[in-house]
Amino acid sequence: MSIFEYNGSAVVAMVGKNCFAIASDRRLGVQLQTIATDFQRISKIHDRVFIALSGLATDVQTLYQRLVFRHKLYQLREERDMKPETFASLVSAILYEKRFGPYLCQPVIAGLGEDDKPFICTMDSIGAKELAKDFVVSGTASESLYGACEAMYKPDMEAEELFETISQALLSSVDRDCLSGWGGHVYVVTPTEIKERILKGRMD
Amino acid sequence: MDLLKVNWGRRKHSLFYYLFLASKQLFPLDLYLFSPNPFRFDQPSSSSRLFDFGRMSQAGVDVPAKGGFSFDLCKRNDMLIQKGLKAPSFLKTGTTIVGLIFKDGVILGADTRATEGPIVADKNCEKIHYMAPNIYCCGAGTAADTEAVTGIFLSNIDMVSSQLRLHRYQTGRDSRVITALTLLKKHLFSYQGHVSAALVLGGVDITGPHLHTIYPHGSTDTLPFATMGSGSLAAMSVFEAKYKEGLTRDEGIKLVAEAICSGIFNDLGSGSNVDICVITKGHKEYLRNYMEPNPRTYVSSKGYSFTKKTEVLRTKITPLMERVEITEVGEAMEE
Repeated sequence: MSIFEYNGSAVVAMVGKNCFAIASDRRLGVQLQTIATDFQRISKIHDRVFIALSGLATDVQTLYQRLVFRHKLYQLREERDMKPETFASLVSAILYEKRFGPYLCQPVIAGLGEDDKPFICTMDSIGAKELAKDFVVSGTASESLYGACEAMYKPDMEAEELFETISQALLSSVDRDCLSGWGGHVYVVTPTEIKERILKGRMD
Repeated sequence: MDLLKVNWGRRKHSLFYYLFLASKQLFPLDLYLFSPNPFRFDQPSSSSRLFDFGRMSQAGVDVPAKGGFSFDLCKRNDMLIQKGLKAPSFLKTGTTIVGLIFKDGVILGADTRATEGPIVADKNCEKIHYMAPNIYCCGAGTAADTEAVTGIFLSNIDMVSSQLRLHRYQTGRDSRVITALTLLKKHLFSYQGHVSAALVLGGVDITGPHLHTIYPHGSTDTLPFATMGSGSLAAMSVFEAKYKEGLTRDEGIKLVAEAICSGIFNDLGSGSNVDICVITKGHKEYLRNYMEPNPRTYVSSKGYSFTKKTEVLRTKITPLMERVEITEVGEAMEE
């Protein structure tokens, strides 16, 4: 069993028209036993940048705390929030620093940049950035997610349609993965509001 | 797996620790490449000069001033591997990368597929990296390594592109390709092949056009045409058949595109589009997605429509503050 399959996870982010959506499953398990059904994988860095981490849960929490620390320092020095591109470079540098003993998690970063242009990217566990214009996926259900998103994604979707698409892609993919699921957690962010929704999914 | 644990004296250490020691002997000046001894957790490292919380361990502080790699999670990861959990696989770039020298300069080419095991992770990634205004480098191997070794995003000054820039400021001259080559091979050799980046470096400087290949262990070759990556054999067969000296720009681009295409269609690790970069004296042209021989033609124009909506348990809406622009109107206050 791979280290990433120890806790199980599924994370996906999609780009819409001046908005983005980021979604994850809610299961926390220890191999095949489920420990919690409300695990928080998506974290807010600031109002316009979100990061979701998949992989080993302990590294997910540690890395999140380190990133919030670095962002707060940045806010104190620069007196403004970090842009999503800068934040992605920061995460990449922190992960690459541990190249030979890496954090065992794969982040998905999503944010609204200048002029409300949405930005998404994902990385492997040592910080190789992968920018995409449509969607990015991560976690044990990533193969199903690739397939579902390729089929369901359309460019320039509005917030409501984007929510529907990302939810359907997430729920159908985690249904095919034993290690993730137990509902979904979706954030849809537009320039004026953040909508956080908990989805009802199969609890098996 | 026993290879990783070397019984040397009283304590067992991982091989990385001994590489660190060995390289200290060979390259005393390269000490700055590594963070301080990772096994001495009791002393605050020099990197915590900004946040010296007394006896806070090095592992707790997150702002290493010296840069370089930190090995503090190695022990824990080794323990997990011993317990039977497989190590993670990294994003590789599979790849076909090529370069050739033509009449007026150098042409570099690359495919655009990034793989994670057998899955295509990125269908359109960039493999031709900027090193200097007149020098570009294509990278194959582990994606994070090729990005880091050629990049400037790390504050660590060891990364070659930033080192070249500092060198340009110091000397007041344009960088030479041989300088980039020496910096890259020094960096890769000092990590003994563990930084898995195979590169094709090309550029035009005051001494003319140059093309080099660099292997992950640090060896280099200087060639008139070169290919690297999993698709290198497919591309090299095209070059060996059709390359001649004194090619014009268009002939060169056509040949490079053909070599990359042969890699894309015949090698499973390479795919998607062709990127080309043409460097001549004083001028460069980066043709991103020069050719797209694999377009997506099966997309349905209607798209998906979902008849059954997803069920939502809870919704929480957080309105975001409007961004306020403050413009100064009126006179300044008098002192």
